[in-house]
This record gives sequence, structure tokens and C-alpha cells, in this order.
Amino acid sequence: MLLGADDWSAIGLTFKLASLTTALLLLLGTPLAWWLSRSQHWFSKVIGAVVTLPLVLPPTVLGFYLLVALGSQGPLGQLTIALGWGLLPFSFSGLLLASMLYSLPFTIQPLQQAFQAIGNTPLEAAATLRASPLDTFFTVLLPLAKPGLITATVMTFAHTVGEFGVVLMIGGNIPGKTRVISVQLYDHVEALEYTQAHWLAGGMLLFSFTVLLGLQLLQKRGVAR
Amino acid sequence: MSLHAYMQLKRGPFCLDAEFALPDSGITVLFGPSGSGKTTLMRCLAGLELEAKGQIQQGDTFWQDSSRGIFLPCWQRGIGMVFQDAQLFPHLNVRGNLAFGYQRTSPAARKIDLQHTIDLLDLAPLLAHRPPQLSGGERQRVAIARALLTSPSLLLLDEPLAALDQARKQEILPYLAQLQQQLDLPMVYITHAMDEVSRLADYLVLLNEGKVQAQGELSATLSRPDLPSIFDEELSVILETERLSTDTHYKLARLGFRGGELLVPDVPQQGTKRRVRILARDVSLACSAHSDISILNRLPATVRSISPASHPAHVLISLDIGGSLLLARITHYSLDKLGIAPGSQVWAQIKSVALL
Repeated sequence: MLLGADDWSAIGLTFKLASLTTALLLLLGTPLAWWLSRSQHWFSKVIGAVVTLPLVLPPTVLGFYLLVALGSQGPLGQLTIALGWGLLPFSFSGLLLASMLYSLPFTIQPLQQAFQAIGNTPLEAAATLRASPLDTFFTVLLPLAKPGLITATVMTFAHTVGEFGVVLMIGGNIPGKTRVISVQLYDHVEALEYTQAHWLAGGMLLFSFTVLLGLQLLQKRGVAR
Repeated sequence: MSLHAYMQLKRGPFCLDAEFALPDSGITVLFGPSGSGKTTLMRCLAGLELEAKGQIQQGDTFWQDSSRGIFLPCWQRGIGMVFQDAQLFPHLNVRGNLAFGYQRTSPAARKIDLQHTIDLLDLAPLLAHRPPQLSGGERQRVAIARALLTSPSLLLLDEPLAALDQARKQEILPYLAQLQQQLDLPMVYITHAMDEVSRLADYLVLLNEGKVQAQGELSATLSRPDLPSIFDEELSVILETERLSTDTHYKLARLGFRGGELLVPDVPQQGTKRRVRILARDVSLACSAHSDISILNRLPATVRSISPASHPAHVLISLDIGGSLLLARITHYSLDKLGIAPGSQVWAQIKSVALL
């Protein structure tokens, strides 16, 4: 194996970041997607657009604004200092926050679409069967939204693994703390270490392909059922 | 329990403004043309229309009283509802669907037995099936059982048979009639199929353009000659009959009702009681007794009143037959030619009798 210790550290860090980002986004994104799928209020359209922004914005733009906001002069930076968390840029927490913002649309969109497709009738049927709204959410809505939940999980995870621009802007390149696979790969190429670059790049390609293939197969099964 | 409701709801050009009282037993049918607000009214009763204003009082509890800000959410109203397209949960099998409401009903409140319901609706062979594997009729039976198993104080059925063909309908109708007798559960039933109305209803609420046009006992409401435009071709009377004897040679049954007798083709049935329906358009009048005619049922009658029908060529004649009401629809032309007036003695010739 031609991967060094710092390569493995980058791989470990990447998967830790992707897992945490996915878990937190599912937790926070599910209620948000639910609200977006049901609200008729104009403000929900604004939020819907903001949530989708990372999809079209260059990651560097997002990273730049985050850096400014989270910096010592920025409003969020002042807040994190006041809370005793210190400054977030160039730390793992900062990277996690940036990843969550960057991958947000990949969680929200499949969930929102799933919730919209389910419609109100199964929820009304549950209400006529004595189920409270919270009960209905867990026993009817989430099971029916399972294909959407799977897509959201897979896409959020895979997308976080593949991010680069935001990481570079907000996380920098600190080994073991913020240096993820994509940055490590960039370093290898800069240093003309093509063998290691091949291993990392090939691994990423294989991983992404496998994940997307798996998703296709899962969705096909979901349709057939 | 008796339920009294006054509901208002504006939605675009549609405006529901209905006040009605339901008896505390039997089947109440909400009847009216499509778009008259039947489903909306039922959804108001269920608590699914959050924007509806008004008052619903069941016994001494208020489900809703907008003037006092009271709104009991659907899941706390203790109703059962069967939707037009069943709305079974696709992620659960039949057993899971049945258990959904049953488990959420406290054991003390369970009045309806799980096994008994499964037997009553013949669901035992279906328990492991998933909803997409079921036929339309089976799905509706599961939906009815699922609603029953919450032991509701009122069962709401929104055109439960509308999506089914005639054969499936005939498969479920007996179950519904049986349920009502066995469980003594008040029901509100939406349909615009006249055969379901005349077979199931005890009480009728007529809706038109969001307003209650008439309400009352089935037979009395169905035969109100002042409402011909709603029933039109379906204007009829319902008679409760009892089988008196059978002519085995001609295969005819003699059915007695208050005021007379009818001869009908004999069909096997349980018990001796039978509801029959006679359409106004199937009754013609003669001034003298004819025996040279193929019509079997010819009854002496007294003309009570004459009123206009929906088509200007027709009139509706209310007839008294020994205390029972019969409606005849004849042409204005015949009315004048025969010189029929209130008090006239006539012969009512009944072309066909529908056994329900």
C-alpha cells in the first residue's frame, strides 16, 4: 500500500466530518424540510431559496463569507468568543459548520420532495385513527418518506466527502484537524507525488461510483415495491 | 349521543353554510349533487377542516365552538372515518393497518372486538397482505374494519363504495347493513348512488350548493314532492314490507305493507322483513280497475295532492293507500284527460318494485 500515515489521517478525518455532517443535517434538516413542504407563507419561499443557494454558489464564495462572519471581527465570531468557544475558522468545528451549510440542499431537497409527494391524506387518516401529530410524524410520515431519507443520507454524505473549496477557505490545511482527502490530494499533486495522488483519486472515484450505484439500485427496488 | 352542528366555510366561490342535527342511532346519509359540499361537511365533523367556523356539539361535549375558541383536534374526537379511496398505510400490511388505531385506543374504551371484526368483514385470509396487493373491495373492507377498531362514537363514511364496480358494491353493502344492526353504531354516510341511499339510510340530509335543503326520516324525505329537482328520475317511496306467503307455482312472493299488498318475484332472503322501493315514474294511474293488463300490482288509492315535477310536462301525484304514501309521476295531459283532482279515487298501477 502506497498511502502514508498522513493519507490515512486525512481519510479518517474526512469520514468523521461526513458522518457528523450527515447526522446533524438529518436531525436539523428533517423538521426544516417538513416546514418548507407545508408552509404557504412567503417567508418559507425566502428560506427555501437561501437553503438552495449552496447548490449554485461557488464554494469559495460561501467559504469567504463564512470566514468573514466567523472571524474575530465578524458577528458570529464575536458570538462564539462570547460563548467561550473561541474562533471557529481553521478548526474542526468551523469545518463542520461550513460542511453543514454547504451540504444543506442535498439533505433538504430529497426530504422536501418526499414530504410533498406524501401529501396530507395519510396524515389525516392517521389523525382519524387517534394518532397525535408527533406520533404521526414518526409512525406514518418518516416510514413513508424512507426513499427520500435514504437519498438525503447518501447524497449528503457523499457530497461532504467530495468538498474542496469551502474546506480550503474555512478549514485551511492543518494535518489531523482540517486536512481532508481532497486537500491531501491537492497537496500530493502540488508536490508531484502522482502515485499517492492516483491512489487517493482512484479511491474517491470508486467510493462515489459505488455509492451512486447503490442508491440507484435502492431506488429501483423502492419503485418496484 | 345526538349531534348538532352549525358549520360555515368559505373557499373561493364555494360557501358551506349548513346546520343540521343527527339522530343518535342509525345511518344518516348525506345526499346531494357533486360539489354540494358533502365531503367538506364530513371533514368539518371529523375536525380536518381547520378553517371551518361554527359549532359542533356531541352530547354535552363541544367538538368545536368558534365563538369560544374551542377546537378539538381530529385525533381526540373519537370518530372513525372511511375515506373514498381507503387510504390504507402502504408501509404496513393489513394486520398493521388494523392494529394502528386499535393500539391507540385505550383498552377500557375498546367496545369492538378485534377477532369479531376480522370475522365480520372476512379479513382473516388478508392479514399478511400489503395494501397494493388487495382489490378495491378488499381495501375498503380493511378500511372499514380499521376505523371500527378504534371503537368510534360516530363512524363517517365518505362514498366508501364509489370507486367500486357493481359486483364489489354488492359484496360490501351487506356488510355495512349488518354492521349497523350488530354494533348499534351511528353512522354518517356520503353517497350519490340512490341504491345505497334507499338500502342503508334511516335518516337523510339533503345538501345543495353548501346548504342543507331538507333533512328527516328517509321515506318522508325521499317522497317529498316539493324536492323533485334533487331526485328527479329517482323520486320514490320506501315501504317496509313483510313476506306473507309464497306462490311456489309462479315463484311469486306476497309482501304485506301498511295499507296493502304487493306481488314480487320470489328471491331467497333471511327473515321476513324486506325494504322495497317504488319509483314515482314506475307508477301510472287508471280511473277504473283493469284486469286485462300485465301489471301485477294494482292498488286502489286516493289522491292526496298534486304538485309540479322537474319537467313541466309532468306532475307528481301523492297517493294514499290505506295510510301509506305512494308517488306517481304522470303527464299533465293525462291529469287533465282523466280529470284527476285531490280526493279522486284511482287505481295505482305499479310497473316495478325494487327489493332492497
